[in-house]
Amino acid sequence: MTPTPAKKTPLYVVHVEAGAKMVEFAGWEMPLKYRGVLEEHRAVRTGVGLFDVSHMGELEVVGKRALDFVQYVTCNDASRLTPGRAQYSGLMTPRGTFVDDLLLHMLAPDRYLLVVNAANKDKDYAYLCAQAPAFDDVDVHDRSAEYAQLAIQGPLAEKVLQKLTPQNLAEIKYYRFVEGEVAGVPAIIARTGYTGEDGFEVYVAPQAAVGLWRAIMEAGAEFEIQPCGLGARDTLRFEACMPLYGNDIDDATTPYEAGLDWIVKLEKGPFLGREALLHQKATGVKRKLVGFEMVGKGIPRHGYPILHASHEIGYVTSGTMSPTLGKPLGLGYVPVELAGEGSELFVDIRGQKVPARVIPTPFYRRAK
Amino acid sequence: MARPENLVYSKTHEWVRVDGEIATVGITDYAQEQLGDVVMVDLPPVGKTVAAGQEMGTVESVKAVSEVFSPVSGEVVEVNGQLEAHPELVNQDPFGAGWLVKIKVAQVPADLMDAKAYEQFVQEEGGH
Repeated sequence: MTPTPAKKTPLYVVHVEAGAKMVEFAGWEMPLKYRGVLEEHRAVRTGVGLFDVSHMGELEVVGKRALDFVQYVTCNDASRLTPGRAQYSGLMTPRGTFVDDLLLHMLAPDRYLLVVNAANKDKDYAYLCAQAPAFDDVDVHDRSAEYAQLAIQGPLAEKVLQKLTPQNLAEIKYYRFVEGEVAGVPAIIARTGYTGEDGFEVYVAPQAAVGLWRAIMEAGAEFEIQPCGLGARDTLRFEACMPLYGNDIDDATTPYEAGLDWIVKLEKGPFLGREALLHQKATGVKRKLVGFEMVGKGIPRHGYPILHASHEIGYVTSGTMSPTLGKPLGLGYVPVELAGEGSELFVDIRGQKVPARVIPTPFYRRAK
Repeated sequence: MARPENLVYSKTHEWVRVDGEIATVGITDYAQEQLGDVVMVDLPPVGKTVAAGQEMGTVESVKAVSEVFSPVSGEVVEVNGQLEAHPELVNQDPFGAGWLVKIKVAQVPADLMDAKAYEQFVQEEGGH
Protein backbone atom coordinates (compact mmCIF):
# COMPACT_ATOMS: atom_id res chain seq x y z
CA MET A 1 0.00 0.00 0.00
CA THR A 2 1.35 3.40 -0.91
CA PRO A 3 -0.18 6.77 -0.19
CA THR A 4 0.58 8.05 -3.68
CA PRO A 5 0.32 6.26 -7.02
CA ALA A 6 3.57 4.89 -8.37
CA LYS A 7 5.48 7.17 -10.71
CA LYS A 8 6.09 6.20 -14.30
CA THR A 9 9.38 6.71 -16.12
CA PRO A 10 9.28 8.22 -19.63
CA LEU A 11 9.78 4.67 -20.90
CA TYR A 12 6.68 3.22 -19.26
CA VAL A 13 4.85 2.94 -22.57
CA VAL A 14 7.77 1.10 -24.13
CA HIS A 15 7.82 -1.45 -21.30
CA VAL A 16 4.10 -2.12 -21.53
CA GLU A 17 4.35 -2.40 -25.31
CA ALA A 18 7.19 -4.92 -24.91
CA GLY A 19 5.04 -7.02 -22.58
CA ALA A 20 7.15 -6.41 -19.48
CA LYS A 21 5.88 -7.57 -16.13
CA MET A 22 5.66 -4.34 -14.15
CA VAL A 23 6.21 -4.04 -10.42
CA GLU A 24 6.32 -1.20 -7.97
CA PHE A 25 9.82 -0.42 -6.76
CA ALA A 26 10.79 2.56 -4.61
CA GLY A 27 7.59 4.36 -5.62
CA TRP A 28 8.10 3.71 -9.31
CA GLU A 29 6.34 1.44 -11.70
CA MET A 30 9.27 -0.49 -13.14
CA PRO A 31 9.78 -3.49 -15.43
CA LEU A 32 10.67 -6.61 -13.43
CA LYS A 33 11.29 -8.72 -16.51
CA TYR A 34 10.51 -8.98 -20.18
CA ARG A 35 11.31 -12.45 -21.49
CA GLY A 36 12.63 -13.81 -18.21
CA VAL A 37 15.25 -13.01 -15.59
CA LEU A 38 17.60 -15.82 -16.61
CA GLU A 39 17.54 -14.98 -20.29
CA GLU A 40 18.09 -11.30 -19.59
CA HIS A 41 20.89 -12.11 -17.17
CA ARG A 42 22.60 -14.28 -19.74
CA ALA A 43 22.27 -11.59 -22.42
CA VAL A 44 24.20 -9.12 -20.25
CA ARG A 45 26.92 -11.64 -19.33
CA THR A 46 27.49 -12.81 -22.90
CA GLY A 47 26.08 -10.12 -25.20
CA VAL A 48 24.22 -6.94 -24.42
CA GLY A 49 21.18 -5.80 -22.46
CA LEU A 50 19.34 -2.52 -22.06
CA PHE A 51 17.85 -1.28 -18.78
CA ASP A 52 15.60 1.63 -17.96
CA VAL A 53 17.01 3.04 -14.73
CA SER A 54 15.28 6.39 -14.93
CA HIS A 55 14.00 5.90 -11.40
CA MET A 56 17.48 6.69 -10.08
CA GLY A 57 17.84 10.14 -8.52
CA GLU A 58 20.15 12.88 -9.80
CA LEU A 59 21.21 15.57 -7.36
CA GLU A 60 23.50 18.39 -8.35
CA VAL A 61 25.82 20.28 -6.04
CA VAL A 62 26.81 23.67 -7.43
CA GLY A 63 28.99 26.48 -6.14
CA LYS A 64 32.50 27.67 -5.46
CA ARG A 65 32.81 25.37 -2.45
CA ALA A 66 31.12 22.40 -4.12
CA LEU A 67 34.21 20.23 -3.63
CA ASP A 68 34.50 21.09 0.08
CA PHE A 69 30.85 20.25 0.53
CA VAL A 70 31.04 16.95 -1.33
CA GLN A 71 34.19 16.05 0.63
CA TYR A 72 32.34 16.73 3.88
CA VAL A 73 29.26 14.59 3.19
CA THR A 74 30.89 11.60 1.43
CA CYS A 75 33.59 9.20 2.59
CA ASN A 76 35.62 8.75 -0.60
CA ASP A 77 38.13 11.37 -1.72
CA ALA A 78 36.42 13.60 -4.27
CA SER A 79 39.57 15.70 -4.67
CA ARG A 80 40.97 12.87 -6.78
CA LEU A 81 38.34 13.57 -9.44
CA THR A 82 38.83 15.75 -12.47
CA PRO A 83 36.00 16.84 -14.77
CA GLY A 84 34.78 13.77 -16.63
CA ARG A 85 35.54 11.31 -13.87
CA ALA A 86 33.12 9.42 -11.65
CA GLN A 87 33.60 7.83 -8.25
CA TYR A 88 31.67 5.35 -6.14
CA SER A 89 31.12 6.74 -2.67
CA GLY A 90 28.98 6.77 0.45
CA LEU A 91 26.83 9.56 1.82
CA MET A 92 27.60 9.27 5.51
CA THR A 93 25.77 9.79 8.76
CA PRO A 94 27.80 11.20 11.68
CA ARG A 95 27.95 7.58 12.90
CA GLY A 96 29.84 6.54 9.78
CA THR A 97 26.90 4.58 8.41
CA PHE A 98 25.26 4.92 5.01
CA VAL A 99 22.61 7.51 4.29
CA ASP A 100 23.02 6.14 0.78
CA ASP A 101 25.62 4.89 -1.66
CA LEU A 102 26.08 6.88 -4.82
CA LEU A 103 28.02 7.66 -7.96
CA LEU A 104 29.67 11.05 -7.82
CA HIS A 105 30.35 12.69 -11.21
CA MET A 106 32.55 15.76 -11.46
CA LEU A 107 30.97 17.87 -14.19
CA ALA A 108 33.12 20.96 -13.55
CA PRO A 109 35.20 22.33 -10.66
CA ASP A 110 32.05 23.90 -9.22
CA ARG A 111 29.51 21.26 -10.31
CA TYR A 112 29.04 17.67 -9.16
CA LEU A 113 26.28 15.27 -10.10
CA LEU A 114 25.32 12.66 -7.51
CA VAL A 115 23.40 9.67 -8.84
CA VAL A 116 21.54 8.15 -5.90
CA ASN A 117 19.11 5.34 -5.16
CA ALA A 118 15.50 6.03 -6.09
CA ALA A 119 14.22 4.97 -2.68
CA ASN A 120 16.60 7.40 -0.96
CA LYS A 121 16.45 10.39 -3.27
CA ASP A 122 14.14 12.58 -1.18
CA LYS A 123 15.97 11.64 2.01
CA ASP A 124 19.35 12.37 0.41
CA TYR A 125 18.19 15.69 -0.98
CA ALA A 126 16.86 16.78 2.42
CA TYR A 127 20.09 15.62 4.09
CA LEU A 128 22.27 17.54 1.66
CA CYS A 129 20.11 20.65 1.95
CA ALA A 130 20.41 20.48 5.73
CA GLN A 131 24.23 20.39 5.51
CA ALA A 132 24.59 23.01 2.77
CA PRO A 133 24.08 26.22 4.84
CA ALA A 134 27.39 25.56 6.63
CA PHE A 135 29.09 26.15 3.29
CA ASP A 136 28.79 29.57 1.69
CA ASP A 137 27.88 29.55 -1.92
CA VAL A 138 26.81 25.93 -2.28
CA ASP A 139 23.45 25.00 -3.74
CA VAL A 140 21.87 21.59 -3.98
CA HIS A 141 19.39 20.92 -6.77
CA ASP A 142 17.19 17.93 -7.36
CA ARG A 143 17.60 17.30 -11.10
CA SER A 144 15.90 13.91 -11.08
CA ALA A 145 12.99 15.03 -13.22
CA GLU A 146 15.39 16.38 -15.84
CA TYR A 147 17.10 13.07 -16.57
CA ALA A 148 16.09 9.72 -17.93
CA GLN A 149 18.78 7.09 -17.51
CA LEU A 150 19.38 4.09 -19.73
CA ALA A 151 22.00 1.47 -18.90
CA ILE A 152 23.42 -0.50 -21.80
CA GLN A 153 25.46 -3.33 -20.34
CA GLY A 154 27.40 -6.33 -21.53
CA PRO A 155 30.54 -7.20 -23.49
CA LEU A 156 28.89 -5.94 -26.71
CA ALA A 157 27.58 -2.68 -25.22
CA GLU A 158 30.33 -0.55 -26.74
CA LYS A 159 29.77 -2.03 -30.21
CA VAL A 160 26.07 -1.22 -30.09
CA LEU A 161 26.34 2.25 -28.61
CA GLN A 162 29.19 3.19 -30.95
CA LYS A 163 26.77 2.95 -33.88
CA LEU A 164 24.79 5.82 -32.39
CA THR A 165 27.44 8.34 -31.37
CA PRO A 166 30.31 10.25 -32.99
CA GLN A 167 32.13 10.03 -29.66
CA ASN A 168 34.96 7.48 -29.71
CA LEU A 169 33.73 5.24 -26.91
CA ALA A 170 36.99 3.30 -26.68
CA GLU A 171 38.49 6.51 -25.29
CA ILE A 172 36.08 6.55 -22.36
CA LYS A 173 37.77 4.47 -19.67
CA TYR A 174 35.97 2.80 -16.77
CA TYR A 175 34.45 5.35 -14.41
CA ARG A 176 34.89 8.21 -16.90
CA PHE A 177 32.16 10.07 -18.73
CA VAL A 178 31.70 12.62 -21.47
CA GLU A 179 28.97 15.10 -22.28
CA GLY A 180 28.25 14.32 -25.90
CA GLU A 181 25.51 13.13 -28.18
CA VAL A 182 23.78 9.78 -28.66
CA ALA A 183 21.22 9.17 -31.40
CA GLY A 184 21.23 12.90 -32.12
CA VAL A 185 20.40 14.06 -28.60
CA PRO A 186 22.62 15.58 -25.90
CA ALA A 187 23.66 12.96 -23.40
CA ILE A 188 26.02 12.20 -20.56
CA ILE A 189 27.74 8.96 -21.54
CA ALA A 190 29.37 7.28 -18.54
CA ARG A 191 31.30 4.04 -18.57
CA THR A 192 29.71 2.78 -15.37
CA GLY A 193 27.18 0.16 -14.41
CA TYR A 194 25.67 -2.12 -11.85
CA THR A 195 26.08 -5.50 -13.49
CA GLY A 196 29.74 -6.46 -13.23
CA GLU A 197 30.07 -6.16 -17.00
CA ASP A 198 31.45 -3.49 -19.27
CA GLY A 199 28.85 -0.98 -20.32
CA PHE A 200 27.51 2.53 -20.23
CA GLU A 201 24.98 4.56 -18.34
CA VAL A 202 23.46 7.22 -20.56
CA TYR A 203 21.63 10.26 -19.19
CA VAL A 204 19.30 12.18 -21.48
CA ALA A 205 16.34 14.54 -21.22
CA PRO A 206 13.13 12.63 -20.42
CA GLN A 207 11.52 13.55 -23.73
CA ALA A 208 14.46 11.95 -25.56
CA ALA A 209 14.24 8.66 -23.68
CA VAL A 210 11.80 6.77 -25.91
CA GLY A 211 13.67 7.71 -29.08
CA LEU A 212 16.98 6.68 -27.55
CA TRP A 213 15.58 3.39 -26.27
CA ARG A 214 14.26 2.49 -29.70
CA ALA A 215 17.49 3.56 -31.39
CA ILE A 216 19.57 1.37 -29.06
CA MET A 217 17.23 -1.60 -29.49
CA GLU A 218 17.46 -1.23 -33.26
CA ALA A 219 21.25 -0.81 -33.23
CA GLY A 220 21.52 -3.84 -30.97
CA ALA A 221 19.17 -6.08 -32.95
CA GLU A 222 22.06 -7.69 -34.85
CA PHE A 223 23.63 -8.57 -31.48
CA GLU A 224 20.35 -9.87 -30.07
CA ILE A 225 20.11 -7.12 -27.49
CA GLN A 226 17.58 -7.86 -24.74
CA PRO A 227 15.55 -5.37 -22.76
CA CYS A 228 16.26 -6.17 -19.12
CA GLY A 229 14.28 -5.57 -15.97
CA LEU A 230 15.00 -5.10 -12.29
CA GLY A 231 15.07 -8.87 -11.77
CA ALA A 232 18.18 -9.31 -13.90
CA ARG A 233 19.65 -6.07 -12.59
CA ASP A 234 19.50 -7.59 -9.11
CA THR A 235 20.99 -11.00 -10.00
CA LEU A 236 23.75 -9.34 -12.04
CA ARG A 237 24.79 -6.87 -9.34
CA PHE A 238 24.52 -9.66 -6.75
CA GLU A 239 27.00 -11.94 -8.53
CA ALA A 240 29.39 -9.01 -8.83
CA CYS A 241 28.81 -8.31 -5.09
CA MET A 242 27.85 -4.70 -5.70
CA PRO A 243 25.86 -3.75 -2.61
CA LEU A 244 22.15 -3.00 -2.73
CA TYR A 245 21.06 -0.28 -0.35
CA GLY A 246 18.36 -1.52 1.99
CA ASN A 247 19.71 -5.07 1.73
CA ASP A 248 23.49 -5.21 2.05
CA ILE A 249 24.07 -1.71 3.38
CA ASP A 250 21.89 0.75 5.24
CA ASP A 251 22.02 3.43 7.92
CA ALA A 252 23.05 0.84 10.51
CA THR A 253 26.06 -0.47 8.58
CA THR A 254 29.44 1.13 7.92
CA PRO A 255 31.65 0.82 4.84
CA TYR A 256 34.17 -1.20 6.89
CA GLU A 257 31.52 -3.73 7.90
CA ALA A 258 30.36 -3.95 4.29
CA GLY A 259 33.91 -4.62 3.05
CA LEU A 260 33.98 -1.26 1.29
CA ASP A 261 37.18 -0.09 3.00
CA TRP A 262 38.42 1.21 -0.34
CA ILE A 263 35.81 3.98 -0.41
CA VAL A 264 36.86 5.35 3.01
CA LYS A 265 39.66 7.94 2.81
CA LEU A 266 40.33 8.94 6.40
CA GLU A 267 43.37 10.99 5.42
CA LYS A 268 41.39 13.38 3.21
CA GLY A 269 40.39 15.63 6.12
CA PRO A 270 37.21 16.09 8.15
CA PHE A 271 34.00 14.55 6.92
CA LEU A 272 30.74 13.30 8.39
CA GLY A 273 31.29 10.01 10.17
CA ARG A 274 35.07 10.26 10.12
CA GLU A 275 35.48 10.07 13.91
CA ALA A 276 33.26 7.00 14.11
CA LEU A 277 35.10 5.35 11.23
CA LEU A 278 38.52 6.20 12.73
CA HIS A 279 37.40 4.55 15.93
CA GLN A 280 36.02 1.51 14.14
CA LYS A 281 39.21 1.14 12.15
CA ALA A 282 41.31 1.32 15.32
CA THR A 283 39.21 -1.13 17.33
CA GLY A 284 38.24 -3.38 14.43
CA VAL A 285 34.80 -4.25 13.12
CA LYS A 286 32.66 -6.70 15.08
CA ARG A 287 30.82 -8.04 12.04
CA LYS A 288 31.52 -8.33 8.34
CA LEU A 289 29.56 -8.80 5.17
CA VAL A 290 30.60 -12.16 3.72
CA GLY A 291 29.75 -14.21 0.68
CA PHE A 292 28.75 -17.82 1.16
CA GLU A 293 27.68 -20.83 -0.84
CA MET A 294 25.15 -23.40 0.28
CA VAL A 295 26.51 -26.82 1.15
CA GLY A 296 23.01 -28.25 1.60
CA LYS A 297 19.97 -27.78 -0.60
CA GLY A 298 18.18 -24.48 -0.44
CA ILE A 299 18.30 -20.88 -1.60
CA PRO A 300 19.26 -18.22 0.95
CA ARG A 301 17.10 -15.11 0.80
CA HIS A 302 17.08 -11.62 2.25
CA GLY A 303 16.27 -11.70 5.97
CA TYR A 304 16.91 -15.39 6.65
CA PRO A 305 18.84 -15.93 9.92
CA ILE A 306 22.44 -17.16 9.81
CA LEU A 307 23.32 -19.63 12.59
CA HIS A 308 26.48 -20.95 14.13
CA ALA A 309 26.00 -24.04 16.26
CA SER A 310 22.43 -23.24 17.24
CA HIS A 311 22.83 -19.53 17.81
CA GLU A 312 21.56 -16.87 15.50
CA ILE A 313 24.67 -14.86 14.68
CA GLY A 314 23.66 -12.84 11.64
CA TYR A 315 21.31 -12.54 8.71
CA VAL A 316 21.24 -12.92 4.97
CA THR A 317 21.21 -9.56 3.20
CA SER A 318 20.92 -10.86 -0.38
CA GLY A 319 20.71 -14.31 -1.87
CA THR A 320 19.56 -16.17 -4.92
CA MET A 321 20.34 -19.00 -7.27
CA SER A 322 23.27 -17.51 -9.15
CA PRO A 323 22.43 -17.77 -12.85
CA THR A 324 26.07 -17.63 -13.97
CA LEU A 325 27.54 -19.97 -11.36
CA GLY A 326 24.49 -22.23 -11.24
CA LYS A 327 24.40 -22.52 -7.48
CA PRO A 328 22.67 -20.80 -4.59
CA LEU A 329 24.80 -18.03 -3.10
CA GLY A 330 24.28 -15.44 -0.42
CA LEU A 331 25.66 -12.35 1.24
CA GLY A 332 25.21 -11.71 4.94
CA TYR A 333 26.61 -10.16 8.06
CA VAL A 334 28.39 -12.47 10.50
CA PRO A 335 30.68 -11.86 13.50
CA VAL A 336 34.21 -11.14 12.32
CA GLU A 337 35.60 -14.30 13.94
CA LEU A 338 33.31 -16.36 11.68
CA ALA A 339 33.95 -14.30 8.55
CA GLY A 340 37.02 -16.13 7.26
CA GLU A 341 37.03 -18.09 4.02
CA GLY A 342 35.89 -21.66 4.67
CA SER A 343 34.01 -20.73 7.84
CA GLU A 344 31.07 -23.10 8.33
CA LEU A 345 27.68 -21.62 9.03
CA PHE A 346 24.03 -22.54 8.74
CA VAL A 347 21.21 -20.66 7.11
CA ASP A 348 17.76 -21.01 8.58
CA ILE A 349 15.72 -21.66 5.45
CA ARG A 350 12.11 -21.59 6.55
CA GLY A 351 12.85 -23.59 9.68
CA GLN A 352 15.48 -25.92 8.17
CA LYS A 353 19.08 -25.54 9.29
CA VAL A 354 21.00 -25.78 6.01
CA PRO A 355 24.83 -25.81 6.01
CA ALA A 356 26.73 -23.06 4.19
CA ARG A 357 30.36 -22.08 3.76
CA VAL A 358 32.07 -18.68 3.45
CA ILE A 359 33.71 -18.17 0.04
CA PRO A 360 35.66 -15.30 -1.55
CA THR A 361 33.84 -12.38 -3.13
CA PRO A 362 32.95 -11.17 -5.68
CA PHE A 363 31.29 -14.36 -6.85
CA TYR A 364 31.69 -13.26 -10.43
CA ARG A 365 34.41 -11.17 -12.02
CA ARG A 366 34.46 -10.53 -15.72
CA ALA A 367 37.48 -11.56 -17.76
CA LYS A 368 39.56 -8.51 -18.62
CA MET B 1 -0.90 -21.74 -23.52
CA ALA B 2 -3.89 -24.03 -23.85
CA ARG B 3 -5.16 -25.04 -20.47
CA PRO B 4 -6.15 -28.71 -20.49
CA GLU B 5 -9.88 -29.36 -20.15
CA ASN B 6 -9.46 -32.74 -18.49
CA LEU B 7 -7.83 -31.36 -15.34
CA VAL B 8 -9.18 -29.85 -12.16
CA TYR B 9 -7.65 -26.82 -10.52
CA SER B 10 -7.15 -25.41 -7.01
CA LYS B 11 -7.41 -21.83 -5.84
CA THR B 12 -3.72 -22.00 -4.98
CA HIS B 13 -2.96 -22.68 -8.67
CA GLU B 14 -2.18 -26.38 -8.66
CA TRP B 15 -3.64 -28.69 -11.27
CA VAL B 16 -4.70 -32.31 -10.73
CA ARG B 17 -5.21 -35.09 -13.21
CA VAL B 18 -7.01 -38.01 -11.63
CA ASP B 19 -6.38 -41.34 -13.29
CA GLY B 20 -7.98 -44.15 -11.31
CA GLU B 21 -6.62 -43.86 -7.80
CA ILE B 22 -3.54 -41.85 -8.85
CA ALA B 23 -3.62 -38.05 -8.95
CA THR B 24 -0.83 -36.29 -10.82
CA VAL B 25 -0.22 -32.77 -9.48
CA GLY B 26 1.57 -29.76 -10.89
CA ILE B 27 1.39 -25.98 -10.87
CA THR B 28 -0.54 -24.16 -13.56
CA ASP B 29 0.70 -22.09 -16.47
CA TYR B 30 -0.57 -19.03 -14.61
CA ALA B 31 1.39 -19.94 -11.45
CA GLN B 32 4.66 -20.50 -13.29
CA GLU B 33 4.20 -17.30 -15.26
CA GLN B 34 3.66 -15.33 -12.06
CA LEU B 35 6.69 -16.93 -10.47
CA GLY B 36 9.11 -16.54 -13.37
CA ASP B 37 12.13 -18.74 -14.04
CA VAL B 38 11.95 -21.71 -11.68
CA VAL B 39 15.39 -22.56 -10.30
CA MET B 40 14.63 -25.01 -7.48
CA VAL B 41 11.85 -27.41 -6.58
CA ASP B 42 11.45 -29.00 -3.17
CA LEU B 43 9.02 -31.90 -3.04
CA PRO B 44 7.80 -34.27 -0.32
CA PRO B 45 9.45 -37.70 -0.12
CA VAL B 46 7.73 -40.77 -1.54
CA GLY B 47 5.60 -42.33 1.16
CA LYS B 48 4.63 -39.09 2.81
CA THR B 49 0.98 -38.59 3.61
CA VAL B 50 -0.39 -35.26 2.50
CA ALA B 51 -3.72 -33.59 3.20
CA ALA B 52 -5.69 -31.40 0.84
CA GLY B 53 -4.83 -27.75 1.39
CA GLN B 54 -1.60 -28.56 3.23
CA GLU B 55 1.78 -27.23 2.14
CA MET B 56 3.71 -30.07 0.56
CA GLY B 57 6.70 -28.33 -0.97
CA THR B 58 8.09 -25.23 -2.56
CA VAL B 59 8.87 -23.97 -6.02
CA GLU B 60 11.46 -21.21 -6.15
CA SER B 61 12.24 -18.71 -8.84
CA VAL B 62 15.24 -16.41 -8.95
CA LYS B 63 13.17 -13.82 -7.09
CA ALA B 64 10.82 -15.68 -4.78
CA VAL B 65 9.69 -18.78 -2.95
CA SER B 66 6.21 -20.11 -3.57
CA GLU B 67 4.57 -22.82 -1.49
CA VAL B 68 2.90 -25.70 -3.23
CA PHE B 69 -0.25 -26.98 -1.55
CA SER B 70 -1.52 -30.46 -2.05
CA PRO B 71 -4.87 -30.23 -3.79
CA VAL B 72 -5.80 -33.76 -2.67
CA SER B 73 -5.37 -36.02 0.34
CA GLY B 74 -3.39 -39.22 0.05
CA GLU B 75 0.11 -40.70 -0.09
CA VAL B 76 2.93 -39.53 -2.33
CA VAL B 77 3.87 -42.46 -4.57
CA GLU B 78 6.20 -40.74 -7.05
CA VAL B 79 8.03 -37.43 -7.40
CA ASN B 80 9.31 -35.95 -10.64
CA GLY B 81 13.04 -36.62 -10.33
CA GLN B 82 13.76 -34.70 -13.54
CA LEU B 83 13.09 -31.44 -11.74
CA GLU B 84 16.18 -31.78 -9.56
CA ALA B 85 18.41 -31.15 -12.56
CA HIS B 86 15.85 -29.40 -14.76
CA PRO B 87 13.53 -27.19 -12.70
CA GLU B 88 12.91 -25.14 -15.84
CA LEU B 89 10.54 -27.89 -17.01
CA VAL B 90 7.99 -26.34 -14.67
CA ASN B 91 8.08 -23.23 -16.88
CA GLN B 92 8.46 -24.94 -20.19
CA ASP B 93 5.79 -27.60 -19.79
CA PRO B 94 3.79 -27.02 -16.60
CA PHE B 95 0.99 -29.42 -17.58
CA GLY B 96 3.33 -32.09 -18.94
CA ALA B 97 6.99 -32.79 -18.18
CA GLY B 98 6.88 -30.21 -15.37
CA TRP B 99 4.53 -32.24 -13.18
CA LEU B 100 5.51 -32.39 -9.51
CA VAL B 101 4.15 -35.44 -7.71
CA LYS B 102 1.83 -38.41 -8.03
CA ILE B 103 -0.44 -39.05 -5.09
CA LYS B 104 -2.44 -42.17 -4.33
CA VAL B 105 -5.65 -40.43 -3.48
CA ALA B 106 -7.77 -41.07 -0.49
CA GLN B 107 -9.97 -38.13 -1.31
CA VAL B 108 -10.39 -35.50 -4.01
CA PRO B 109 -12.08 -32.42 -2.56
CA ALA B 110 -15.28 -31.36 -4.26
CA ASP B 111 -14.27 -27.70 -4.44
CA LEU B 112 -11.63 -28.05 -7.15
CA MET B 113 -12.47 -26.12 -10.30
CA ASP B 114 -12.84 -27.22 -13.88
CA ALA B 115 -10.85 -25.40 -16.59
CA LYS B 116 -13.60 -22.87 -17.25
CA ALA B 117 -14.09 -21.99 -13.58
CA TYR B 118 -10.34 -21.72 -13.09
CA GLU B 119 -10.02 -19.40 -16.08
CA GLN B 120 -12.59 -17.13 -14.50
CA PHE B 121 -10.85 -17.37 -11.11
CA VAL B 122 -7.52 -16.34 -12.66
CA GLN B 123 -9.09 -13.41 -14.45
CA GLU B 124 -10.67 -12.14 -11.26
CA GLU B 125 -7.50 -12.64 -9.26
CA GLY B 126 -5.27 -11.11 -11.90
CA GLY B 127 -7.61 -8.19 -12.32
CA HIS B 128 -7.43 -8.34 -16.09
